[in-house]
Amino acid sequence: MTTSATRSPVPRDHPAAQAAGGAGGGQHRTPLVTRLFGRQPIGMLLAAPYAVFIAVIFAYPIGFAVYMSFTDYYFTAPGVTVPHPFVGFDNYKTVLTDPAVLASFGHVGIFLILNVPLTVALSLGLAVALNRAIHFRTFFRAAYYVPYVTASVAVVAVWLFLFSSTGLVNQILGPLAPDPSWLVNSVWAMPMIALFVTWKQLGFFILLYLAALQNVPKELYESASVDGAGAWRSFRSVTVPGVRQATALVLLLAIVTGANLFTEPYLLTGGGGPDGASTTPVLLMYQQGIQQGKPSTASAIGVVLVILVLIVALVNRRLTERSER
Amino acid sequence: MRPSRPSRRYRHGLAAAVLAGAIVVLTACGSSGGGSTDAASAHGPIKIWYSNNEQEIAWGKQVVDAWNTAHPTEQVTAEQIPTGKSSEDVIGAAITAGTEPCLIYNTSPAAVPGFQKQGGLIDLSSFPDGTSYIETRTGALAKQYASTDGHYYQMPWKSNPVMIFYNKDLLTKAGVDPTKPPLATYDEFLATAKKIVDSGAAPYAIYPAPSSEFYQSWFDFYPLFAAASGGKQLVADGKSQFNTPEGLAVANFWQQIYAQKLAGNETYTGDAFADGKAAMAIVGPWAIAVYKDKVNWGVAPVPTATGMKADQIHTFSDAKNVGMYASCTNQGTAWDFLKFSTSQEQDGQLLTLTGQMPLRTDVPATYADYFAKNPDYKLFAEQAARTVEVPNTANSVEIWQTFRDAWTSAVIFGKSGVQQAMTDAATKIDQLASQK
Repeated sequence: MTTSATRSPVPRDHPAAQAAGGAGGGQHRTPLVTRLFGRQPIGMLLAAPYAVFIAVIFAYPIGFAVYMSFTDYYFTAPGVTVPHPFVGFDNYKTVLTDPAVLASFGHVGIFLILNVPLTVALSLGLAVALNRAIHFRTFFRAAYYVPYVTASVAVVAVWLFLFSSTGLVNQILGPLAPDPSWLVNSVWAMPMIALFVTWKQLGFFILLYLAALQNVPKELYESASVDGAGAWRSFRSVTVPGVRQATALVLLLAIVTGANLFTEPYLLTGGGGPDGASTTPVLLMYQQGIQQGKPSTASAIGVVLVILVLIVALVNRRLTERSER
Repeated sequence: MRPSRPSRRYRHGLAAAVLAGAIVVLTACGSSGGGSTDAASAHGPIKIWYSNNEQEIAWGKQVVDAWNTAHPTEQVTAEQIPTGKSSEDVIGAAITAGTEPCLIYNTSPAAVPGFQKQGGLIDLSSFPDGTSYIETRTGALAKQYASTDGHYYQMPWKSNPVMIFYNKDLLTKAGVDPTKPPLATYDEFLATAKKIVDSGAAPYAIYPAPSSEFYQSWFDFYPLFAAASGGKQLVADGKSQFNTPEGLAVANFWQQIYAQKLAGNETYTGDAFADGKAAMAIVGPWAIAVYKDKVNWGVAPVPTATGMKADQIHTFSDAKNVGMYASCTNQGTAWDFLKFSTSQEQDGQLLTLTGQMPLRTDVPATYADYFAKNPDYKLFAEQAARTVEVPNTANSVEIWQTFRDAWTSAVIFGKSGVQQAMTDAATKIDQLASQK
C-alpha cells in the first residue's frame, strides 16, 4: 500500500515542517500541561480507566507476588504486623529443588506438546469445514461451542463416566482398554487431560479461525484453482498463510491457558493423581499458597511459571514472525 | 529547532509514578484496620456464619431467634458460610481481608493452627471463664483442641465419630449375616469384603475417596489408626506417631483392600454407598438422616487387628468447632452468644435437629430421652467419648498433604513400598512438626 504525498500533508511535528517553520521563528516553550499529558490530554483521560484496571488487577498483584517470592511471607489479619524478612533466592531454591514442583512443570510440558498442536490442527481444520456450505452448518458451529461455554465441573462428570474402568470407552475397547484405566493410569492421565482441554476449548478457537477465514480473499482461491491447485494445495498455499495472524493468536492463547492448568487435574484426576502424575504448577500453588499458608513458595512457583510462559511465547512469536517474512 | 514534546521517557516516568502511587495506596489499604482494645468486653450486634447444610441451617436459625428475642440490644445476624473450594479457603481469605464475622460455626480443627498464625483468632482462654467453661463442658477431650501454648483458640462444638456403615441388603445378597457381619478384625473385614465383590452383590466392598486432598486420610487411615493405637494422634509433641507396627498394619490392611480391587481407586462423582456401588462406607451419625430412606443400613465400629471390644475402640472425631475471629468488635456479646449456643439446651437442639454429637461430657446420659426415642444414634453417642482429633500443630495442612501423597502412592496405587513410604513421610512430617 502506498501513501500519496499530496493526500497526506506533512505533519506539523515532522522534521520537514519544523525545518520550514522553525527558521527565524525563535524558541517557544510548550505549556506544562502539554509536556505532562501530551497534545491530547483527553486521550490520557479516556485511557485512564483501563490503565487503572491493569495497574490494580494485573500489575499490582504481579509486583506483590514477586515481592512475596523474595520474602518469608504469610497472610495475616488486618492490623497484625509480622516481619516479612528478605530471604533472597531461598524460595526459588526450595521450589526448584522440589521433585514435585519439577515434575509439575514436566507435566505441563507434556500437556502443551499434545494440546497446542492438536488445538491448532483441529480448530483450523474444523473451521475450514464449517466455513463451507455444508448441511447443518449452524448446528455444528453451535455444537462445537457448547463445551466451551459449559462449566468444567459439569463436563468433567461426563468424562469421568466415559473413561472410568467400567465406562463406555473401555466397554467398546474391551481387552484393548488400558489397565489401570485412563484417568488413574500414570501414563495416560496427562494425555487425557490434554485431550479433554482440547475438546473443551475447540469451539472458541474455531470461532477465531472462522473470523480470520472471512478475510481471506475469494480471488486467491480462484487464482489457485485456475493454476491447477487442488483442495490440499489451496489449503496449504492460501488458507494457512491467510490465517497466520489468527494462528499466532491461537498458539499464544493455547500456551497461556495451558500453562495455567488447574481445574482439570483438580477434578478429573482427583487432585493431580494418580500418585501425582498430573500435578501442575498452578495446582501446587493452590495447595501451598492457599491451603498450606505458604504464599512465598507459591509465588516463587508462579514467577518461574510466568518467566517460562514468556520465553515460550517469545519463541512462538519469533517463529511465527519468521515464517511471515 | 523542533518544539519540545513530552519525552517518551518522561511519560513512562509519569506512568510509573502513578502506578507506584496506586501500589502505595493499595498497600496502605491492605494493612489498615485492627480491632479495638476494648473489644473483649464490648457488647452490641454481631454477625455469625454457620454451615450450609439443611439441618445446621435449621439449628442456626432457631438459636439466633432464641437469642435475639431475649437480647434486643445485642442482635445476632446469621448467614451461611460463603461458597468456595472449601470453608477453610473462604475463612482464610476473609481473615486476610478483615471481613470475617465474629463467630464461625464451621471451623475445622486442622485449620486452626493456620488461622492462629494469621492472627485471625481470638484466644478464648483470655475470657475470665474461657478455659473453665470449655473444659467443664467438653471434659478430658477438650485438651485435644488446645493450641501449643495451652490456650483455646476454638470452642470444641460437635463431633461426628466415624464408624462402618453397611448395606444390609447387599450383605444378604453376598451371603453375609446382616445382623452381625464379621467386620471386627482386619482378616474378617477382608474376607467379608471379598465375599461382597466375588458374589457380585456390589462392584466394591467400600469406596473411600481415593483423591489426593489432604483431608481424605481422615476417612480411611486415621479412624483405623486411632483404633489400633488406642487413641493416638498422627503427631504428638512434634513427632509423628504413625510409623509404628500399628500404623503399618493399618496401611497394609488398606493396601490389601486396593490390591484386591475391593475398593475403587477412581474418582466417583456420586455417592457410591447410596448408589449401591459399595456395600460399606466410613461415615458419622449425619449419615443416618441422609441414608434412612435410601439404604437398609447397619453400623459397626471400625476394624482392628485383634478385634477389640466396641467399648474400647477409638475413632476419628470429624469435629467442627467454633472460632471467634479477630475483626469482632463486640467480643463480649460474641462470648455470651457462644456460651448460649453451646448450652445444654442448645446442644440438645443440635442433637435433635442434626443428629451430630455435641462435644460435651456424657452425651448418652444427658440426652437419655432422645436416645431412647432414637436408638440408632446411641452407638455413635457412646463412640463420641472415644474420639481422636487431628493434631493441633504447626504446618498441620502440609503434614496431612505429605501423609496423603505417601498414602496414595503406596497404598492406593501401589507405586512404592508401604513401609518405605511411611518411613519417608514420617521423616518429612517430623521436620514439619518441629518447625514453629
